[in-house]
Amino acid sequence: MKYNKIALVGNPNTGKTSLFNALTGLNQHVGNFPGVTVDKKSGNLKIDTHTLELIDLPGTYSVYPRSMDEKVVYDIFSSNTHPDYPDAVCVVVDASNLERNLLLFTQIYQLGLPTMLVLNMSDVAFRKGKKLKLELFQQAYPEAAIVQTNARLGMGLDRFRKALSLGLPERTKTNITLIDVEALEDQTQDTEKRFQEIQALLGDVQTIENKSINKKKVNRLETLFVHPIWGYGLFLLMLMALFQLIFSLASYPMDLIDLAFGNLSAWVQSTLSQGVLTDLIANGIIPGIGGVVIFIPQIVLLFLFLGILEETGYMSRVVFIMDRLMRPFGLNGKSVVPLLSSAACAIPGVMASRTISNWKERLITILVAPLMSCSARIPVFTLLISLVIPKKTIFGFMNLQGLTFFGLYALGIVSALLISIVLKWTIKSKETSMLMLELPDLRLPRWKNVIITVFDKAKIFLLDAGKVIIAISIVLWALGTYGPSEKTNKAVKSIPFPIEKSAEAKSDYDKQVAAVKFENSYIGILGKAIEPVIKPLGYDWKIGISLITSFAAREVFVGSMATIYSVEADDEETKSLLSKMKEAKNEQGAPIYTLASGLSLMVFYVYAMQCMATFAVVKRETKSWKWPIIQLVYMGVLAYVASWIVFQIFS
Amino acid sequence: MPTLATVKKGQRFNVKQVSTSAITSKLVEMGLYVGQEVEVLFKAPFGDPIAVNVGGYVLSLRLNEAELIEVA
Repeated sequence: MKYNKIALVGNPNTGKTSLFNALTGLNQHVGNFPGVTVDKKSGNLKIDTHTLELIDLPGTYSVYPRSMDEKVVYDIFSSNTHPDYPDAVCVVVDASNLERNLLLFTQIYQLGLPTMLVLNMSDVAFRKGKKLKLELFQQAYPEAAIVQTNARLGMGLDRFRKALSLGLPERTKTNITLIDVEALEDQTQDTEKRFQEIQALLGDVQTIENKSINKKKVNRLETLFVHPIWGYGLFLLMLMALFQLIFSLASYPMDLIDLAFGNLSAWVQSTLSQGVLTDLIANGIIPGIGGVVIFIPQIVLLFLFLGILEETGYMSRVVFIMDRLMRPFGLNGKSVVPLLSSAACAIPGVMASRTISNWKERLITILVAPLMSCSARIPVFTLLISLVIPKKTIFGFMNLQGLTFFGLYALGIVSALLISIVLKWTIKSKETSMLMLELPDLRLPRWKNVIITVFDKAKIFLLDAGKVIIAISIVLWALGTYGPSEKTNKAVKSIPFPIEKSAEAKSDYDKQVAAVKFENSYIGILGKAIEPVIKPLGYDWKIGISLITSFAAREVFVGSMATIYSVEADDEETKSLLSKMKEAKNEQGAPIYTLASGLSLMVFYVYAMQCMATFAVVKRETKSWKWPIIQLVYMGVLAYVASWIVFQIFS
Repeated sequence: MPTLATVKKGQRFNVKQVSTSAITSKLVEMGLYVGQEVEVLFKAPFGDPIAVNVGGYVLSLRLNEAELIEVA
């Protein structure tokens, strides 16, 4: 068996992915196509005793591309020196839609590679009354091995394997080279010619029992999905359900993970001997890994949801009704789900933007996603609102605190839309924006496909983003634990040792020591160093420290503040922290936390890109450092300017 | 002349010509070749995009894409 690398190509919605999943199962992995941001999906396929690489190329209607994803297909087939040029190619075709599908097939067939034509979805063809005279059909493509399958039901896979095992027909015709990718008129002419030939062929070999079968009756479900009121209503309902899932349902496993890692950390600390390595493991590495694993429930839930939307075909209806609304912002109908998910957590949100094929639309979605205030900001908002916003009711029923909360969210959303517009005008793209989207038949989801996708995404996150997150967690741990020893020791010595020998006094002493040690660590020094920069925003060095630690995760802000104000980390934390913060005064004796500084800090958290997990995921999805850095900078600048303005207005 | 952007739903037409544009080659690749049977099935809430039956499958087109398809 001479094939080492086989490419799988085909139109979208032909069951190509089902076939790929059925053949490779979990033996798939995601790699890289050289020089582009497209994921390369490949898997190991065992035929007899030989293992070969099966590459699932992006679905496309023609070998000539309309997006960067599709250009990969063109590049691979346009030159046999391309690293991924295959030994053989299998074209998956929707048997119920032969006319359109055969365009790509004839383009590939004429390249002269050993070729297999996989006639998939024959059950759908049968239902539509379409019958194919197979022998006559084969005569039109004598050098292609034609295999009938129903990948959804797992039928025909043995025929697929057998065809490869026996070896595909030898090619005798000379290779025809592809037309230049920029020569659009030549391509159009070529396409027209091909369709004439395909039409003539199908006229001879395909019979359609009920001629009016071509007349599509719009089914009831379809009408519901695109209805001006019910269509949006249903979608809104789904989004709320999704939000609830990611927000609340995910919190159960997340709390468990938190607990598990916390216990593991404590166990390590008590079991291993005291020392630097133990501290590193217990307080640096384990929390670091925990900080990565904790995102898994949200990622799983989001991609389960998305997978079902895509598999059933409903997603294309969502795009259909949202397109007109999203276009003015440079976004795509598919941007809604990533953006909404980002209101729970931007990590899965950014990952979900991969479904957007237009590079510019995808990039804009990724760049504005973190502005949708994520759930990690909630502890920060809650703390600050209780601190500086009075518990008043205005207009008789609107709670001022709740209103502020809502206002912060609204600020994020409006900013996201405005920035999208700015990005739309500033980012240059060669891809023309087009819709031209097939609306596939609505069908039940193929669960295997959904599960494999979920598995894939989780794996990608753990391995890619995980590395960055753990690395930064360890760095932050080191900076927070170590500081110039002389200074630290002096500071600790200056705390009066308790005269009382009570447990409470001892615990109080310990907390003060911890606070002082933290203050004098490298993070503390950094915090004090940036104080002049953040003073115009109304902050002091204590807030400065917490801003830095928020890079691990925004909610760490609360924990850091608690340590600095030497508050015990327990249930009473928030209450005692609040009272300590209310009393906090600056050098002039004026309170630090005022309406102005509080609001300013809240606005800072709306805008600043502090979550390095997001940074890591954006780097992965854009396959470069450029965009996450641009994002970090623009959001940082936005945060600083906006906070400054707010502080000036309210003080 | 009538285009897919202007004709009424539910009536069958044939593609007469696809106007030259940056996306013409893509439109033709989606099956909108001269002579193809087309029919507007339904429209999105703002009338844009529209869903068209193109020789047996359903394609959604923005109005600015649909107006390139002259029909008869």
